[in-house]
Amino acid sequence: MALRMWASSTANALKISCASKAHLSPAFSLSRCFSTVLDGLKYANSHEWVKHEGSVATIGITDHAQDHLGEVVFVDLPEPGGSVSQGKGFGAVESVKATSDVNSPISGEVVEVNSKLTEAPGLINSSPYEDGWIIKVKPSSPSELESLMGPKEYTKFCEEEDASH
Amino acid sequence: MPIPQTRNIGLPMMNLLRFKGLPILQQLHIEEQLLRTSSENWCIINDGTNDPTIVMGVSGKPAELLEIESVLRDQVPVIRRFTGGGTVIVDCGTIFATFICNKEAVPDLQPYPRPIMSWSSLLYGKVFQGIGDFHLRENDYVFGNHKFGGNAQSITKSRWIHHTSFLWDFDVRNMTYLKLPKRAPEYRSARGHLDFICCMKDYMPRSTFINKTVEATGTQFSLRSYPLEAIETGSETEFYPSTRFLTDEELEAAAAAGQ
Repeated sequence: MALRMWASSTANALKISCASKAHLSPAFSLSRCFSTVLDGLKYANSHEWVKHEGSVATIGITDHAQDHLGEVVFVDLPEPGGSVSQGKGFGAVESVKATSDVNSPISGEVVEVNSKLTEAPGLINSSPYEDGWIIKVKPSSPSELESLMGPKEYTKFCEEEDASH
Repeated sequence: MPIPQTRNIGLPMMNLLRFKGLPILQQLHIEEQLLRTSSENWCIINDGTNDPTIVMGVSGKPAELLEIESVLRDQVPVIRRFTGGGTVIVDCGTIFATFICNKEAVPDLQPYPRPIMSWSSLLYGKVFQGIGDFHLRENDYVFGNHKFGGNAQSITKSRWIHHTSFLWDFDVRNMTYLKLPKRAPEYRSARGHLDFICCMKDYMPRSTFINKTVEATGTQFSLRSYPLEAIETGSETEFYPSTRFLTDEELEAAAAAGQ
């Protein structure tokens, strides 16, 4: 356990992700932008991620997004039971005097929201792929996942976006 | 002031809306609607707002930010706006300047808070060149270490808004409605309102600031004046802005709950 903790803190310094869950592993974490991108997830070009497990998909914003946004101080969450549409905003995060829309990578019904974010919005910064998840959705069109980017494609997308600015 | 048309070939178009004394709620409704429903770029300048009004950011908690008892006693209107950021009290001495842009409008600009803030500071750097040690300091516009301009933003998938309230002048008495915020920039160093802020009128005439802002904007955009009567707000459109007044009941409940 101690060795794992040392490895984890060293990895954090080098911006390599040591995912706590076995099925999530860093795919291309040593990117030019030094943001973590995880295997097993799909990614939208507006920098949200989605993890589809059975009948539920979990959605959050990526490490690249939280890094560019800065310290998140407030999260505007939707109500459970509402619907989300692919590419449309469902909530927002506030950081550095700005509200930024969070867009849903897929369409469906919101079945759960991460209420911990109300008291601890910084979870989005510290744990964007795990404790900082934002909503869980019952997908209405699972085929929409095929239109999203995989880890390799998203890593390249981030590198190109950062390089062009 | 005539908008220079030469040297504008190839620059992205931007509509210029100029108001004087427009109520701040109406200004914010126009801005929110243009951000969400327009596909054009906009510069909005409102030279003062007639009634002193408190304007909080989207996540502002009244009990933390306001002296609610005084606010209710004196019936000062309180607005929660759609952008992030802090709390201001605005009046006829406030000059508002807003930019609403498509993501691609400014070349090489990433649509995130800090790059947008950096871009705007360069624009206003041209306005205040050589004047008063102007710079952007931890997201505020300052002369030296005194704040005279507060900024806020909202960023959507394909557009962003950056708006600023400039203290050309202010009424000292109005500052007593605002508490010292818990979240404050480090450079504030726990200073009270009157030691922290300053007036732009000590540095530049009002009309000069507005004209120079339009001129600086015109170096990056091809500006065209937009007729005010063409701006439609209200029930004709299907857009419902989130910016609104807080009711007395909401303020009383916030005071009771300590929120």
